[in-house]
Amino acid sequence: MLRLPPFTYLQPRTLGEAVRLLAEQPPGEAMAVAGGTDLYPNMKRRQFEPKYLVGLRRLPELRFLHGDARQGLTIGAGMTLTEVSTHPQVRQGYPALATAAGLVSTPQLRNMGTIGGNLCLDTRCNYYNQTYWWRQAIGFCLKKDGDTCWVAPGSRRCWAVASSDTAPVLLALQAQVTLLGPQGERTLPLAALYRDDGIAYLNKGHAEILTRITVPPAEGLRMAYVKLRRRGAFDFPVLGVAVALRLADDGTCTEARLALGAVASAPLLATEAAALLQGNRLTPEVIEAAAAAAFRPARPLDNTDLTLAYRKKMVRVHVARTLYQLAGLAAPAAL
Amino acid sequence: MAADDYTLIGRPIPARVDGAGKVTGLTRYADDLFPARLLYGKLLRSPYPHARILRIDTCKAAALPGVKAVITGADLPRPFSIMPVNQDEHALAIDKVRYVGEPVAAVAAVDEETAEAALHLIEVAYEPLPPVMSIEEALAQPDNRIHTYNRVGNVHRVVALEFGDVEAGFAEADYIREDTFFFQGNTHLPMEQHAAVAHCTPDGQITLWSATQTPHYVHRALAAVLDIPPSRIRVIATPVGGGFGGKSDPFAHEFCAVKLSMLTGRPVKICLTREEVFYAHRGRHPVLMWIRTGVKRNGAITAMHFKSFIDGGAYSSYGVATTYYTGALQTVTYRVPNYRFEGLRVFTNKPPCGPKRGHGTPQPRYALEVHLDKIAEDLGLDPVQIRRPHLAKPFSMTVNHLRITSCALDECLDAVVKRSEFLQKHRRLPFGKGVGLACSAYLSGAGLPIYWNEMPHSGVTLQLDRSGSVCVFCGAVDIGQGSDSVLAFTVAEELGIDPRDVRLVTADTGITPVDLGSYSSRVTFMAGNAAIVAARQLRERLFAAVAEHWGIPARHLRAAQGRIFAVTDPSRSMPFAEAVQRAEAKFGTLSASGSYTPPPLAGKYKGHGVGPSPAYSYTAAVAQVDVDPDTGWVTVEKVWIAHDIGKALNPYLVEGQIEGSVYMALGEVLMEEQVFRRGVHKFPSMLEYKSPTFLEMPEVETILIESLDPEGPYGAKEAGQGPLLPVIPAVANAVYDAIGVRLDEIPITPEKVLKGLELRAKGQVARLGPRGIPAFAFPPPRCVEVPEEWLVHLPDAKTRRP
Ligand SMILES: Cc1cc2nc3c(=O)[nH]c(=O)nc-3n(C[C@H](O)[C@H](O)[C@H](O)COP(=O)(O)OP(=O)(O)OC[C@H]3O[C@@H](n4cnc5c(N)ncnc54)[C@H](O)[C@@H]3O)c2cc1C
Ligand code: SF4
Repeated sequence: MLRLPPFTYLQPRTLGEAVRLLAEQPPGEAMAVAGGTDLYPNMKRRQFEPKYLVGLRRLPELRFLHGDARQGLTIGAGMTLTEVSTHPQVRQGYPALATAAGLVSTPQLRNMGTIGGNLCLDTRCNYYNQTYWWRQAIGFCLKKDGDTCWVAPGSRRCWAVASSDTAPVLLALQAQVTLLGPQGERTLPLAALYRDDGIAYLNKGHAEILTRITVPPAEGLRMAYVKLRRRGAFDFPVLGVAVALRLADDGTCTEARLALGAVASAPLLATEAAALLQGNRLTPEVIEAAAAAAFRPARPLDNTDLTLAYRKKMVRVHVARTLYQLAGLAAPAAL
Repeated sequence: MAADDYTLIGRPIPARVDGAGKVTGLTRYADDLFPARLLYGKLLRSPYPHARILRIDTCKAAALPGVKAVITGADLPRPFSIMPVNQDEHALAIDKVRYVGEPVAAVAAVDEETAEAALHLIEVAYEPLPPVMSIEEALAQPDNRIHTYNRVGNVHRVVALEFGDVEAGFAEADYIREDTFFFQGNTHLPMEQHAAVAHCTPDGQITLWSATQTPHYVHRALAAVLDIPPSRIRVIATPVGGGFGGKSDPFAHEFCAVKLSMLTGRPVKICLTREEVFYAHRGRHPVLMWIRTGVKRNGAITAMHFKSFIDGGAYSSYGVATTYYTGALQTVTYRVPNYRFEGLRVFTNKPPCGPKRGHGTPQPRYALEVHLDKIAEDLGLDPVQIRRPHLAKPFSMTVNHLRITSCALDECLDAVVKRSEFLQKHRRLPFGKGVGLACSAYLSGAGLPIYWNEMPHSGVTLQLDRSGSVCVFCGAVDIGQGSDSVLAFTVAEELGIDPRDVRLVTADTGITPVDLGSYSSRVTFMAGNAAIVAARQLRERLFAAVAEHWGIPARHLRAAQGRIFAVTDPSRSMPFAEAVQRAEAKFGTLSASGSYTPPPLAGKYKGHGVGPSPAYSYTAAVAQVDVDPDTGWVTVEKVWIAHDIGKALNPYLVEGQIEGSVYMALGEVLMEEQVFRRGVHKFPSMLEYKSPTFLEMPEVETILIESLDPEGPYGAKEAGQGPLLPVIPAVANAVYDAIGVRLDEIPITPEKVLKGLELRAKGQVARLGPRGIPAFAFPPPRCVEVPEEWLVHLPDAKTRRP
């Protein structure tokens, strides 16, 4: 069996104590762990070798979910994906979020994995998500232990892929996140949490803890999340399409946001595509134009399942399909 | 005996003897064994695909506190291999490494963490050599040799055989077609990772508990490599959590565990990680194929020429057999009067390939069945018309000297065609939906053992207790296929007792009679026959004792429902246990042995050791698919599969084997691929090596056809491997029916489907697959006479044998 590296597990009683325990150590020496479904496998493969883990699992301050589509939602970062995906207010008022959370990996992992951990999920690359031994055999890469990017040799940056399922949905829903750190609390739009950099993918201090996610009211919004992956379970997305729309009575789109997962090192808002929808009726022409616009900024590289050309093509297909579905139109027969 | 006379045989009984233990967690797999003072072993593996080993320094590792022993190739210098011909492997590499993941050193320590830390302290100096990563590279770089014992370059084995007169056959043909195909390599992916525990006790006795499909061959290999008399070695196969052929070779971790235990005097366990299982491999060979067939206008084959180029990986393993298997069974499904086969296996710097479910036959089966589909279309025949009139006949000989006994392929084909409404659907479904058809055959056990000998292939000893319980001793190993249940049910049937009164001691070379192992679908056929022989001897003795007591002839007695009855006088009956006691009083301690040796089947030419079997199972399948033209996604909606099982001893178990085969086939045709990047396995993990889950599994309609084989136990044949074969080409043919794109290369991934659709939209040839085959001059074929009985097709099963 692959063994975990040795570490000390610290169990704080309060959020404040958790922040203090993290802040006491230099970056990299202490890490927060929630469900551990991302971090522990990574530690086994030596992507991380923290001396201390600060456990968030028992903190009651992270375990709540209130509100509804009318008032908006507040979700504690420690809520499990199972809890989020089965919560009646989420299912009713934020069905795309319930869908996304319910599509993460497998039931067992959703019972352990949290929504906070999902938003902080490490970026992925099939040169990186490998054992220490494997990475040594092929040659270490920029993201850990090495100085070359095997996906884009010559590149100064890492192109590992943002692979969270819930992030694109929460982005499309204009969620905000609240962080608690040694300097106190701050709230920022979710989009501002991410950076398009496979290594420094979060704009967050190492001692800052994500405490809650605030989602604005969503009454009257049409929303959907579509996930592309090879199998109906286990697999991370190789493309995530999240859409939130508001349609006036005459069918004019008054509000539109599209977000893409797994096409870059950060979940991306497809603003150009959204602009093409806004103020227009969702006719097939408008939908196809928006899908084409969404397709353009997507820059997948050859570091996940399926080829990059294929993944790029699928952006257009799946964005169009999602829009047809939300517009209540039948997608045109292919070819 | 009519089928209805059986009480257990033929009944769908869900209670397999190993079921409760497995679902409640009581079953103890190799990794569940924790003898006192256990040490943990780990293997250091090569990070280079091809390199010379200049130096290995183990001093620092040996000095680490908690480390009890460190070994390298020098400690285990004797070579081994499963096949006697090419003994080209060492437990730990000597002088040279030939694939990323090849073991070079091993340590034993007080815990896994220490063992792991010790591996980091072993210093190995390598001189990297250019790696050879494909069939084309292997042939293009004859001077960059992976081995030197083989005659030329990186060619491991060349075979060229001709049966009949192929040239004349082609001259007779109305139509000739050539095609090329590529079948990508893939691996077994059993749930249980390989594990072994070895204990060398102070009296010099060695015991190895191992998750192996072939304890007998491991026993022999251990004796040879360790240079210890086999009489001092005992190999116990633990319950195997899935094998599929991947646990049929002797492995490095087995030799190392034993050696480390010999050095430390303590038990040593080595359990591979999932990643290491990908390096142990022995999975499906990637095979590039070329096929040329001549046919009459009605589809009758006049001649066939088949070439296979096989990527063997770094060692020979079962490769010689694999090479022959890629050419052996084409003739067992359709009548081929003239046949030429040329096969070539090359070495490459990848983990060694070996046997995986269907061993060497799924690749040519895929090629042949898609090729036939194309010929049918060219001739204006439908897929049934080109096959149905030309099927192999029961009790006939093939042109390559394979003896066919029972064969109900016609019934199988008719059944799937009817149930799936194939003819109403084929070429008639809307764009994006399609159906495909294929047939196949497989062995019920290899007719010859792996090493030449004249002893039985399987043996069973039974011992009766005065309580009425029976203990079965048999070398067969249950790898999940249900062989323990077959043994228990067979013995219980013969003695008329409850299977719960049967105890099993299996797969222990120190105690049980030899069974060659769980490979080539041989166990039910061979161990089943051996068990029947042993049980009938015991029954005879019981009847003799009871007959004497009652003063009636023994032939009037029957055993059923835990009693012995007199058929002539229903008032007379005796509990089974009492009969045992009377027999023991009369004969002394009661035990009996039975064994099974296949009839002499080998033809009179070199290379005929591979292919003959006492009986062939037959299968036909129809797959229905949905192809999304925008995404290239292929969804298999349903599979209809009919299997000529001879006799289903327990239909429940047979259906399980068939559904498992369909599942594995769908993984191979749609997603699985063992591929490499810069010399390294691209994704040695269960997450990224894509294999289907339950959610991808379509509905399967299974139809069992019983042809009652004259030599099978109660007429039974195999079910473990054959049903995989037709599913792969059936899906490929269905995809063509759905979208008009030929996928002459598997797996059929969405990218390839889209590419095919783009070609089609541009009006180009809508085909994806290899463009050709390497220019390789095969030696002139060995020409073999058509067997005498070739035309003497025996019309009726019953005239042949009871
Ligand atoms: C086989 C497998 C398949 C998977 N498939 C998917 C998938 O399809 N889609 C998907 O999105 N994910 C997938 N995952 C990843 C993972 O299970 C989920 O993303 C999960 O939500 C992570 O949550 P966690 O609580 O377990 O995070 P952890 O593993 O505990 O933490 C992950 C990271 O987030 C940090 N962190 C956690 N909580 C906080 C917090 N409150 N504040 C600050 N930092 C925090 C940790 O320090 C760590 O760096 C998969 C994982 C596995 C092993
Ligand atoms: S994108 Fe490049 S640097 Fe980043 S993990 Fe992959 S190989 Fe490493």
